[in-house]
Amino acid sequence: MIRFKKVFKAFPKDSLALKDVTFHLARGEFIFFTGHSGAGKSTVLRLVYADELPTSGSVWVAGMQTSELHRRDIPRLRRRLGIVFQDFRLLEDRTAEENVAFALEVTGTRRGAIGPKVMRVLTQVGLAARAHAYPRELSGGEQQRVAIARALVNDPLVILADEPTGNLDERATRGVFQLLRDINATGTAVMMATHDLDLVRQTDYRTVELKDGAVVYDSGQDQAAAAEGVL
Amino acid sequence: MRLTLREALLSFRRAPLLSALAVTTIAFALFVVGLFGLVALNLRETLSQVAERVEIVAYLARGTPVDVVTVAMGDIQAFPEVEEVTYVTEDQALERARRELTEFQGVFSDLTQNPLPASLEIRLKPGFRDAEHVGAVADRLRGFRFAEDIRYGSDWVEKLDRLRSIAGAVGLVVGIAFGAAAVIIIGTTIRMTVLARNREIQIMRLVGATDGFIRRPFVLDGAVKGALGGLLAIGLDYAAYRAVSGALFAASFFTPAQAVAFVAAGTVLGFLASAASVNRHLPAL
Repeated sequence: MIRFKKVFKAFPKDSLALKDVTFHLARGEFIFFTGHSGAGKSTVLRLVYADELPTSGSVWVAGMQTSELHRRDIPRLRRRLGIVFQDFRLLEDRTAEENVAFALEVTGTRRGAIGPKVMRVLTQVGLAARAHAYPRELSGGEQQRVAIARALVNDPLVILADEPTGNLDERATRGVFQLLRDINATGTAVMMATHDLDLVRQTDYRTVELKDGAVVYDSGQDQAAAAEGVL
Repeated sequence: MRLTLREALLSFRRAPLLSALAVTTIAFALFVVGLFGLVALNLRETLSQVAERVEIVAYLARGTPVDVVTVAMGDIQAFPEVEEVTYVTEDQALERARRELTEFQGVFSDLTQNPLPASLEIRLKPGFRDAEHVGAVADRLRGFRFAEDIRYGSDWVEKLDRLRSIAGAVGLVVGIAFGAAAVIIIGTTIRMTVLARNREIQIMRLVGATDGFIRRPFVLDGAVKGALGGLLAIGLDYAAYRAVSGALFAASFFTPAQAVAFVAAGTVLGFLASAASVNRHLPAL
């Protein structure tokens, strides 16, 4: 569903941010991207939501090659993705409910359909009771849940989470991570960039490790190789 | 459209201070331009009032028959530059002299014979009241045999010409300078309000809003701020006009059409400035 093929990404006045990155994310898969800051995790995610385009190589998302997309098609691509950041990126002057509804309004959802959809996802992330709270009235973990609800409300194919637990304490981290696992269990793929190796070790999800922009480890390949070995 | 309108109006409620500041800044920038416009307008009106007095007088030879004068008046009236030809008889000239030149009252009352000649007074149409045209008409009048003398105060007309061209040049340069300053101030102000909502733009992009969708509320917001600034500026200009008009001299104000055009200019500036600012936050891919 998401395929990187020999992707290189260079930024002006910078060494290569990504070097020859190739991987494939299957429908419904959960994948970790790990590595130090600056290893290229965020760049991978930005290439997926077409905030950046590859310098060479190709990025395919849901059957579309990002570098071939017309500018006006990019919003259509993003509506099929749910994006979550370390800093939540909520609008401070809107309630939790309004923040989630915003994602539906800007995509032209019918007014009557917005309310029920918003309540459904807020219930899913466990925040139905706090729908009318403003971000400043919510804890970090709760704010991230609102952000996840916003990412979910358009029924995305994949959730892209860039260090979603980076600003959270241990308890909130566990809660948010469990929420992402629950979402994945319903069939939504998750791409999560993190340097929290404790989280990675808790599960046997596929892990791709980046170092200086290159893939140095991909547990998916090991499994494929192991499978081949058995055969 | 409904959402666009709501988002644009919300910006006033969400950031009332910034919005008020932006409207006030725009209003003052336009107020200054409007003041300058008023000065230019009144100066032009005054100059054209002075120019109305530009007149050519052809003094007629004594004894010129009335029918000759009537035919000549028809010819002169047919000149493209001429607005009006008036025949002043000798008696009318004397009567006018008695009335207007009171200090010579004694001299005029003692006269046994009228020393004043009859004349034709020629007023030119607006646009022809300058030295060049006045001179040309005067030359043509000299061609009439009965015209003994042609007077039009050439010095005075030339000075008026120079005053007009200086006023025009200064008006153009200062007008452009004020206009440019207003454009820059309005552009910067609107950019500030857009910058304050940069985060919102980024979030809209992430959740898949189209560029047009993102742009619309901002552009509408900019146009509304420009319109409000323009209205406020016209109000301030009117207050200034009333103050000056009441205390110093009778001035004139913009016509309703000019006032509407002024507010419309503010609206268009706000619109363009916000469109340009939002585009800066929508990176090209």
